[in-house]
Parts: sequence; C-alpha cells; structure tokens
Amino acid sequence: MIKFFLMVNKQGQTRLSRYYEHIEINKRTILEADVIKTCLSRSKEQCSFIEYKDFKLIYRQYAALFIVVGINETENEMAVYEFIHNFVEVLDMYFSRVSELDVSFSILCAYLHSTMQRVPVTKWAGKYYLSYPES
Amino acid sequence: MSMAGRMRMGVKDFVERMPAPIRLRELIRTIRTARTQAEEREMIQKECAAIRSSFREEDNTYRCRNVAKLLYMHMLGYPAHFGQLECLKLIASQKFTDKRIGYLGAMLLLDERQDVHLLMTNCIKNDLNHSTQYVQGLALCTLGCMGSSEMCRDLAGEVEKLLKTSNSYLRKKAALCAVHVIRKVPELMEMFLPATKNLLNEKNHGVLHTSVVLLTEMCERSPDMLAHFRKLVPQLVRILKNLIMSGYSPEHDVSGISDPFLQVRILRLLRILGRNDDDSSEAMNDILAQVATNTETSKNVGNAILYETVLTIMDIKSESGLRVLAINILGRFLLNNDKNIRYVALTSLLKTVQTDHNAVQRHRSTIVDCLKDLDVSIKRRAMELSFALVNGNNIRGMMKELLYFLDSCEPEFKADCASGIFLAAEKYAPSKRWHIDTIMRVLTTAGSYVRDDAVPNLIQLITNSVEMHAYTVQRLYKAILGDYSQQPLVQVAAWCIGEYGDLLVSGQCEEEEPIQVTEDEVLDILESVLISNMSTSVTRGYALTAIMKLSTRFSCTVNRIKKVVSIYGSSIDVELQQRAVEYNALFKKYDHMRSALLERMPVMEKVTTNGPTDIVQTNGETEPAPLETKPPPSGPQPASQANDLLDLLGGNDITPIIPTVPTSKPASAGGELLDLLGDLNLTGAPPSAPASVPQLSQPPFLLDGLSSQPLFNDIASGIPSITAYSKNGLKIEFTFERSNTNPSVTVITIQASNSTELDMTDFVFQAAVPKTFQLQLLSPSSSIVPAFNTGTITQVIKVLNPQKQQLRMRIKLTYNHKGSAMQDLAEVNNFPPQSWQ
Repeated sequence: MIKFFLMVNKQGQTRLSRYYEHIEINKRTILEADVIKTCLSRSKEQCSFIEYKDFKLIYRQYAALFIVVGINETENEMAVYEFIHNFVEVLDMYFSRVSELDVSFSILCAYLHSTMQRVPVTKWAGKYYLSYPES
Repeated sequence: MSMAGRMRMGVKDFVERMPAPIRLRELIRTIRTARTQAEEREMIQKECAAIRSSFREEDNTYRCRNVAKLLYMHMLGYPAHFGQLECLKLIASQKFTDKRIGYLGAMLLLDERQDVHLLMTNCIKNDLNHSTQYVQGLALCTLGCMGSSEMCRDLAGEVEKLLKTSNSYLRKKAALCAVHVIRKVPELMEMFLPATKNLLNEKNHGVLHTSVVLLTEMCERSPDMLAHFRKLVPQLVRILKNLIMSGYSPEHDVSGISDPFLQVRILRLLRILGRNDDDSSEAMNDILAQVATNTETSKNVGNAILYETVLTIMDIKSESGLRVLAINILGRFLLNNDKNIRYVALTSLLKTVQTDHNAVQRHRSTIVDCLKDLDVSIKRRAMELSFALVNGNNIRGMMKELLYFLDSCEPEFKADCASGIFLAAEKYAPSKRWHIDTIMRVLTTAGSYVRDDAVPNLIQLITNSVEMHAYTVQRLYKAILGDYSQQPLVQVAAWCIGEYGDLLVSGQCEEEEPIQVTEDEVLDILESVLISNMSTSVTRGYALTAIMKLSTRFSCTVNRIKKVVSIYGSSIDVELQQRAVEYNALFKKYDHMRSALLERMPVMEKVTTNGPTDIVQTNGETEPAPLETKPPPSGPQPASQANDLLDLLGGNDITPIIPTVPTSKPASAGGELLDLLGDLNLTGAPPSAPASVPQLSQPPFLLDGLSSQPLFNDIASGIPSITAYSKNGLKIEFTFERSNTNPSVTVITIQASNSTELDMTDFVFQAAVPKTFQLQLLSPSSSIVPAFNTGTITQVIKVLNPQKQQLRMRIKLTYNHKGSAMQDLAEVNNFPPQSWQ
C-alpha cells in the first residue's frame, strides 16, 4: 500500500505531495523535511530503499527533484521503483521534456495525474487525463 | 453624459473597486520570488485574506480559481480548511472545470473527520449517473479516495452498477472504487461478487489491472472468497502466459517487457491463491518456472518481476526444484552490481533461511561480503542473515568477519551485533579459550553497547572454565589498565580480579606470557574505578566487593583494603555505603568468618540447562559441556550427605566441611550467585592449600584429551564388567572403558536394573573415591528404574587415576520403592585390575 507520494526539490521545497492516509498538516511538513534530509544524505552507491520509522521509502532522483514514495511492507519495492519512472514518463510525454518548473506551475495537472488511483497508467492514456485548460 | 457612458463609468468603478483574483500561475510566480520563509508567509496570508473575502462575496466566476490557489497553499503546509464548503459548492456546479477542481479539493481537504463531507453524498450520487463519463469518473475517484463508511454504504449499489457497464474507462475506475468500499465496509463484499464473474475476460489492460487488484483485496479479506476464487487460477495462468509470449505491444511496453505492472499484480494474486493449497500450487508451477527463466534481467523491470516470482515461489507449496531455482535467482541477485537488487535479495533470503537453510548456506560468502557494503540497509540485512547462517562448522570464519564488522559498523548496529555474537558464540564455541577471547574482543570494541544481561552470563562462563581463570583475569586486567570507561567490561574485569586476583599476582598464566603485577597495582586500578566519574553505581559496587574479596587473596595489603573499605562507609551512594559498612563489620567483629565468606565461588549451574548441554561436534576440539555436580533432577542435596560420604573414606586427611554460609553475607555481584551459595556447599579449597580434597565437583584435568560420545575411538577392549551392587532387587553393573592415549582415565558406565514388581522412583546414585583419585559424574538417563528389569538407568562416571592406584569406590543409593524412601551405602572393591593398572 502506498502511503504517500512526494516530489521535493533539493532545497526542501515541496513541488507535489499526495497523501493516501490522513496525516496532520503540521506533521506533513515535518515529514517532508525529514524525508528529504534522509534522501539527500544518501550517496550514489547506496540503494534506493530506505527503512524509515515503520515503513519504507523508495526514492528516485531526477535532476534536482526527488520523487519519494512511502510504502508499507506488502509492496514490491522494485515494482514501485518502476512505477515512479512510469509517472515521470507520462509527465514527460505531456509536457514534452518536463522540467521542475513545469511541475511547479502545472501543479494541478500533476495532482490529477497522481490522483489517478495508485495504478500505473499507460503513457498514451495518461495524456488524455492531463489535458487541462487553465481556468 | 449618455446612459452608456454612465454605465461604463459604473462598471469601471466596480472593476477598480474589486480586482479579479489572480490566477494560480501568478500566485506561484509570486511565491517563488519570496526569498525567506517569512516573506512567503506574508504573501500567503495576504492572498488567503483576499480569497476569504472573495468567498464571502459568493462569486461564482472566480471560485474555481480561488480554490485552486487554496489547494496550492495547502500543499505548502498552510491551513486551508475554510475552503471546504467552497469545494462542495464547486462540486454542485454544472461546469466541468468547476467540478474537477471541486472534487480535487474534496480529495485533498476533506476526509471523514470533517462533518461536511456527508453533504457530498448526494452530489456524488447524481454525478455517478451523469451523462458524461468524465464526470462519472471524477465521482468514482473521489468516492474511492475519501469515502467514509456511511457514504460507501449509500453508494455501493451505484458503484456495483458501474462495474458492469460496457464502458471500460468507467469499469476500471469502478473496480478501484469497489476496493475502497470493501476496505471501509467489509460486509458489502458479497454485493460485488456477481460482477466479478467476467472481470478476467477483459482485453483492456487497465480494466484487467484494476480487476486483479479488486480480486486480490477480496481474497485477502475473506477466506470464503479465497476458496471461491481459486478456480480462477487457470485463467490467471493463461493471461500471464499471453503477456510473456506475446510480441511487442507498444501500448504496454516498458523497456521491452509487456505490461510488467500487470504481471507483478497477477503474480501476487497467484501467491495469495496458492498459499496452503496444493492443487493451485501445482497448477502454477509451470508458469512460474517459465517466468523465472524467460524474463530478461538486464533492466530493473525484469528484476522486479523476478523478485515477485521468487516471493510467490517461496510462499506457495512449490516443488523443491522450483524452490532451488528461486534461491539461485536470489543468489544471482546478490552478485549484481545494483544495490537495490542486492537489498531485495538479502531481504528475501532472510525470509527463507529458516526453511531452506542449506540452499542459502551456499551463498554464505557473498552474504558475508555484503557486510562491507556502504549502504546501511544492506549492512543490516547482511548482519541478520549472517547470524542466521552461523553453525558449528563455519563459526570461526564467520566470527572473524562479524567481529571485524562490529569494529567498523555504525553505532545503531553495535548493540544488536554484540548480542548476536554472544548468542552464536554460546551455541557454537569450539573451545573455551576461543569463547572467552571472542567475548573479550566484543567487550573491548563495543563495550558500552553490550546489553546488561551479558555481564552475568559472561561471569558464569568464566567461572565454568576453571583452567582459563588465570588467562582470563590477566587479559581483563590488561584491558582495563588502559581504559576503564566501558561499564560492562569494567564490571566483568572487577569481578574476575576480585575472584582470581591471587592468580594474577602470582603470574601463573599458561596460555600467554604472564605479566608481573603487584598487589598494590591491582588495588590501584580498582580504586581508580571506584573514584572515576565514568563508573556507574553498579560498577562501583562490583569494584568494592572485588577489593573486599582480595583481602583474603592478598597477603601484604590487607591494611590498605581495610582503609579503602572504611572510607566508603560514609559514601553518599546508599548501595556503596551499605556494602562498605557491612564489610567493615566483617573486618571488625566477624573476622573469623571472613575467609570462609570470601572464598572462591563454586561453579555455577546454568539456570536454563540442567543436563549436559549438547556436545558440540567440531573437529576434535570438543569439550564436554558444563558438568553437573549432582545428578539432576533430584535437586540440590543438603550439605550433610556430602559430609557423610567424605567421612566414609577415612577421616583425618579431609579438611572439615565449613558450615553453611550465613545469609548475612552482603549482596555480591549477580543475584544468582547468592542463591547458589545456599544450595551448593562444597569446599572450594582455599587457594593456598593443595587441592587434595576428594571432590564431587568437576576436576579440570579430566577434561583434557577427552572426546565426546562415542567415548573413545580406541577402546581398550576386553575389560570385564562387574556387578557392583545387588540387593533388594536393585542391581548395579559397572562396565569399563579406557583409552590407550590417556590411560589414567577410566570411564565407568553404570547400569541400574530393578527386578522387583514395582518401579523405583527418584533414583539417585552417588559415588566417592579416595583422595588420590578424581571423579566426575555425568547425569543419568532418568530417575526411574522400571520394574521387572524392563529397562535400566545408565550413568557415566569418569575416574582420573594418575597414580595408577587400586580403584576403590563408595556408593550411596537413594530411591523410593513401595511408597517408602530407601537408602543404602556400599563399597565397591571388586574392580578388575585392567581398569586401573
């Protein structure tokens, strides 16, 4: 079960956060700061799965952006790792070479994308959902 | 001015008075320019105020924009609860863009803790029946995300209807919504059962995927459903096969593998279905083998599928060939360069090490290499796995690696590693010296992380290895000379110095170069421990008691000891003060008892084991386990019996038994020692006198050169057996064995049989030998001699006879027979000459 899905940059600014379980709002900021600190302290040779408190973190770095997913022990860590990449690939398709700026500004797009259940979307289908006219 | 002009002016005024709320992008851009947290907070507060006033205006046009901004601010961590009602209004609106933001807001801001969420129920219900599929999809999403149990109950019927529609987009979403409904209200599971009939006949992978998720959820929650869905196994196998065998399909391809996410989901469902069920497991065997061999492992995707396959194989009742295949896959993972894969492999191996121990052993060297990895998670896994793999054969090599690991690992591991090492050493130590060396090494490297209960265990271990006392105390002394900050190390060292200080100053060590230590130097170190700020109260207690014990072991420094003890009679620490006051009293009023009270500790019985512990089968370096002083389970013998036996064998060269220790002895280190003093009452001979008293306790020299059962490899054959005792229906026979390599040891096996018609219970056999011999009694096979010679009790006696004198033995038998307690003494004189010459 995925517990949360975060996109945080190296300075600790949250670009996207999606929680699938209820966490108090002030605890969320603390969690995000702590998580990014843990991820930043890892070197490149270390593995992408961290045991954090009573769940696991799976993180992937894309340029200056960290995508962190928190899972419990029933999930296949490597499948979630692939899932993160799938997510990014869809964004990439939609924005044609997505960058952090795109994600920050099109926050709602990204939200809706991640909101699309916790099921990976095929790249083509994903594009449909993200067509989002600015109001 | 014309009418139009006036109107234009009015509109202009209106527009100037009420600027349009800024767009979300503007807000984001503004916030990005903030340079400090305080600036950002200020901007956000300003915008919040604007939004709030806009909400009060009930402005429909810009509500959507405002809520979007609110959601962004919520994500940054600012409170946004005042927007909840606005979300509801948006949901009720007819515009799709409004609805979209409204539902998103509901998912992010609302949950069942808020009271307003129930107001959504009606809106969702209407939207579930909307004409546009996207609206229906939104409603399903939201319900599946934050629906409370009441909402789910109300709307479950709608969801179930949508599960059966022909629109695959909606079916996919409905399935996931159903998962959430089932989680919230498990009783509704049956409602969805009919809809699941055709779920697996899908072509659309999206629907297939969510259907498998739904089935998984149902099977996990209800054993009935599980049994019901077992019949789907062939279908699942077929789908999986198609996925693997099908050619390239651009829609589902991820790095050359067709829809790996679906494959993983199906494998997981198969795992749940095949658990504890032979038929299903058999049906899946082939496909699992196929997946395991055909999946490409060059990319992470393939490895993810293989990992899931391995997990499935391990969990179901697979045949052994498949299991070996799985473990080999894990072994291959271990050699992979990718850290993620190694971590995953170690985790899985840890789960399987109990069941497939031998297979995992083959990969031991790779696992041990992982101890040196840089990654913390991998190191932890490798450590746990190494402990699971330690056995009698690899203990030396593994321990070397583990000790090295202990040296260099992070502090968070040290406590666990130390405990693990202690446990492993205790179970598999090839020799006493190795065991003590290992423990010393742990104490010196990770002394402060060792758990508290390790200290008494270690002390007991040291007392049990009598021949190592001098070596141990010397090493401990050297260890704390340099550094006495690690409390467990200091406690053990203080205790040992107190016990064996005499060995230390007399320089008797055989194992290594003896060091020259004077009594004053020893007292110096103990006093510094007492004074040091780093010593805890417990450690100080140990040190004080040690100093006190040395008063009987040392000869020239008794006055100094008296002085030290009297100083602490006024210590602030209550525990220390009590000890010092009592020791003082010992010096003054009870000096005649001092030597008795402070004499050498006897061998401690281990609390857990009461028989000889398992003899370790290693390459000839075995030592029999800590020996019994009395045959169990008859419990501790009262002191008088020991007296009797010794008296029997000729009185005047036996030192008198010192009467039972008075209970006013101050608490010494380790609670269990005090208990044992009440039970055992053997004379540990005072260190100065030669150890000539015939003992029933373990003589050290007997152990050297003895191998474990089978007793001797080269039995000197042909020693006739004798009947040592035969009276009242009880017959005891002695059979002898001697080794050519160690002729001074005779091993006697006694067999007790009972020819009466009632059993003899609580049978205890005791023996004593003259003082030139030494005797060791192992525990008997049982304490009941069955009637009519239907069985015997066997017990082994080992006699050391270095001077080759004629064997004599006094035996004492106690047992219950025909309801009364019987007791008999006898002397055995008919030993055949071959048993002792």
